[in-house]
Amino acid sequence: MHEVAARMPIPRGLYCQFPLGRPLGKPRDPEFQHEVLRAAFGLLDATEPTLATYPVVIEDEVDVALACPMPARLDPSLPAAVDEMRGLRKAFDRASGGIRAAVDPDVVEAALRGFTRVADDATPWDQAEIPDNPVTAGLVIRGYYEQAAAGLSEHVPGARSAESWFAQQTVTGKMLHRAQQAMKDAGAPQPFWFYVLPASQHRLD
Amino acid sequence: MGADHDMRAVMASLPVPDLEGAPFAVAPNLADAQVAIVTTAGLHLASDDSFGIFDPGYRVLPHGRDDVTISHNSQNLDRSGMMLDRNVVYPVDRLDELAADGSIGSVAPSHLSFMGAQSDLATILHDTGPQAAHRLQEQGTDVVLLTPV
Repeated sequence: MHEVAARMPIPRGLYCQFPLGRPLGKPRDPEFQHEVLRAAFGLLDATEPTLATYPVVIEDEVDVALACPMPARLDPSLPAAVDEMRGLRKAFDRASGGIRAAVDPDVVEAALRGFTRVADDATPWDQAEIPDNPVTAGLVIRGYYEQAAAGLSEHVPGARSAESWFAQQTVTGKMLHRAQQAMKDAGAPQPFWFYVLPASQHRLD
Repeated sequence: MGADHDMRAVMASLPVPDLEGAPFAVAPNLADAQVAIVTTAGLHLASDDSFGIFDPGYRVLPHGRDDVTISHNSQNLDRSGMMLDRNVVYPVDRLDELAADGSIGSVAPSHLSFMGAQSDLATILHDTGPQAAHRLQEQGTDVVLLTPV
């Protein structure tokens, strides 16, 4: 953040108004990345603390949900979110070329079963056997789905469009909205329900 | 305006530590310098411990390892870009290219990652931050490229 960097202050900074999570701006665009690096390394010539601004602005695309083919319902005996998650496993495994989510699919499945109990079975959140805690469990689910999206997408999506796909269009995302609302209504500690989903995706009453 | 606009507004309102002036050093010649990456993206090798909530530690990323994973605790950043191309947050391939064409002296043998979502900076300021700096100095790093997320 420009304001934070200016207040710290830092010795040399290149403020890039790029999406959060993409400090070099454009994935799979080596030329653009080199331009950013040239600008950053150019600050080494400065003889006093310097905070420069990169002239290109890139906004996130949270309003444009990624279009991904979704797996069909295969096993009605499973919770719908678990069935969907299993259907995305090949896409999750095939994502390559980037940084992988540090998630265990077995933990993701356990987290989905736990949140489903909260969302659809009226189980109290602290008795639903959500692994670890709802914050961490929400993150591993999201990480699994974003990596699956990377395995499904044939182009580079805008920042946060995979997040919007996950939160708005998947069975799991819709279930997590119901679980989040149930936890809030039940008086769960604020961080536990707030961080189940990204703040930009909240649809709470 | 997108979601990042709202997050930036929140972040801009948070207090920051008073560091009493900017640390500053004259930089070496880039063409002779060893360059390392320090990121706040919460990256680590697959075999390392994930970052816990408010984890103030850092992880070592040996250059050349491809099994880099993310366990950053924040919901409020995009991961899809780095999942398609690590260089958008961890530009090791770009540094290799700069070393090959002589723009930088060399790429450091290892890089470091912290996790950006923190509540108490005291441990980083007085413990893990200095440890990380010492480690970089020990391996001969001259220039650090910080990539915050």
